[in-house]
Amino acid sequence: MTATAPMTELREHLRDAAVIVCCGSGGVGKTTTAAALGLEAAHMGRRAVVVTIDPAKRLADALGVPGGLTNDPVRLPIDAPGELWALMLDTASTFDGLVRANAENAEQAERILANRFYRNVAGSLSGTQEYMAAERLHALHRDERFDVVIVDTPPTRNALDFLDAPNTLARFIDHPLFKMLMLPTRRGLKVLNLAAQPVLKTIGRVVGGDVLADAIAFFQAFSGMETGFRERADEVITLLASDVTRFVLVASPRADTIEEAQYFAGRLERGGLTVHAVVVNRCTPTFGELPAKRPRAVVQAALWDNLRDLQATAATERSHVDALLGHGAMPPGVHTSFVPTLPGDVHTMAALETIRFHLFPPTR
Amino acid sequence: MDPLQFVTTTRVAIVAGKGGVGKTTVTAVLARAAIRRGLRVLVVELDGKPTLDQLLPDVQVQHISATVALGEYLDSHGLSRVAKRLTNSGIIDVVATASPGIDDIVVLGKIKQLERSGEWDLVVVDGPAAGHAITFLLAAKSLLSTVRGGPIAGQATEVAAMLADPTRAQVVLVTLPEATPVNEAVETAAALTERIGVQLAPVVVNAVDAGPDLQADAAPEGSAMRAAAEFRNARRALHTAERAHLAEALPLPQLVLPLVPGSMLDSAAVDRLADEWGAP
Repeated sequence: MTATAPMTELREHLRDAAVIVCCGSGGVGKTTTAAALGLEAAHMGRRAVVVTIDPAKRLADALGVPGGLTNDPVRLPIDAPGELWALMLDTASTFDGLVRANAENAEQAERILANRFYRNVAGSLSGTQEYMAAERLHALHRDERFDVVIVDTPPTRNALDFLDAPNTLARFIDHPLFKMLMLPTRRGLKVLNLAAQPVLKTIGRVVGGDVLADAIAFFQAFSGMETGFRERADEVITLLASDVTRFVLVASPRADTIEEAQYFAGRLERGGLTVHAVVVNRCTPTFGELPAKRPRAVVQAALWDNLRDLQATAATERSHVDALLGHGAMPPGVHTSFVPTLPGDVHTMAALETIRFHLFPPTR
Repeated sequence: MDPLQFVTTTRVAIVAGKGGVGKTTVTAVLARAAIRRGLRVLVVELDGKPTLDQLLPDVQVQHISATVALGEYLDSHGLSRVAKRLTNSGIIDVVATASPGIDDIVVLGKIKQLERSGEWDLVVVDGPAAGHAITFLLAAKSLLSTVRGGPIAGQATEVAAMLADPTRAQVVLVTLPEATPVNEAVETAAALTERIGVQLAPVVVNAVDAGPDLQADAAPEGSAMRAAAEFRNARRALHTAERAHLAEALPLPQLVLPLVPGSMLDSAAVDRLADEWGAP
């Protein structure tokens, strides 16, 4: 790490950003981190909304929301000058809402919503969730109720889809096959004629003719709506690359998650984006000096061994973290926060406050 | 009762669990333990990661990619020229979307082929990434509910039959001894048995810190030794409580792997972990 680069504290990012994207692999405490960032933002007087797209529905646990989160932002009852809101992205309803909002008329919307191919796209097409998260980010960013949107992305490899989603959509729309499918129905060019195209015929042979007919009907119904989707996708790309967006890389001090984090940092960089801060969760705490002499008494010796083992673990963890942060792996000026493993589990507001304390230690 | 006995009574073990619970580690240890029981073991990997080749240097690891498998499938149905064009142009996405889960079915179809080949006593599958285990295994049933006839439906029928037969396939759920992963494992278990009807093998609890309570108050108050002991006791108590919670919510035998602190997992570590599961 370049020693001369000015370090931007996590708190400053939180003060200045309009969008914060938390990314990292599964099980590193990404959702909890996003929640703790939201909590701090509220304490700074900002109106923050935390979006989780993690299908594991963990944010509700961490925030102590008894009924669970919904697709609409819920304001959490916290005592802070600002506000903390949270929502859990429901891909299918978000997509339905977009179709309704962007269709030329109710009839077009209904035709799309009833289409079986559309239901498959909205419900299970890989990448749709990521794409809807991008759409949601776009909407929340413009929503006047919120100053900062904090996004908790799904585990690393899917998170890359999140970044790619707007681009993928653009490619999707520009693809010759889709252009063909979305041609306005004219001069008797009906579903049946389309289905006779060699490529489509092949697809039909594999997946079945009626499935294919559904697909064609979908694209024809969708025709005319793609421009709006395209424009928003471009705006999200611009937003993610702009200086109001911050990327927070979340990791744990284990070799495999560090590797994933490195991979992710590289991917961001190749996409012209950058990591602004790193949060390392679940670090084995340090307790202080190990007495030079191992006690003779069995009970005390066991305590000494335990401290030595935990220190050794902490040292190993530290070497993994150094591997991530050293060798110019991170851009200069990246701030790293360390959050220790908590003795209990992270399921209460109290635990969240503890994490917040570690991320944002009181200024000396 | 030997909780590892299932490796000799089924032919495919699908290792499933959320991201970060150590699915790949468990896959490697399970394969190693099965080999020690004299079984001919094949490992199947679906994410394109080389980790398992490193963890099991002397074991055959087959990497199956959904896109490649779908291409091969089309090829074997006399659509080779088009298959190439489909793959190259990305239209394969349309096929996959028009018929969701078709790629999963083709992958499961390949696993079924390996199972039927008779070359292996046990095929250990490192299941798909976080959260997708249910959709992956449900693919055959979902497809059969919408598509009738055609080669893919035939494939789906055979896959569903394999998953419903405990002598052919079982699912090994992996979790950590912490509240959230345990809750997720319980939910996944319910979905797998109710919606797919697949047999669950013993559940693996990974990274368990077990040991006798340390007598923290034998060290002076405020000392590092005391704080460290209190921390360790609290973590161990949490792990014990979560294992008990799991046992109550999910009445399956538990296979435990101990916590390997922070270190890089290598093939030697896999060997040591397999020792934990001993020989019969």
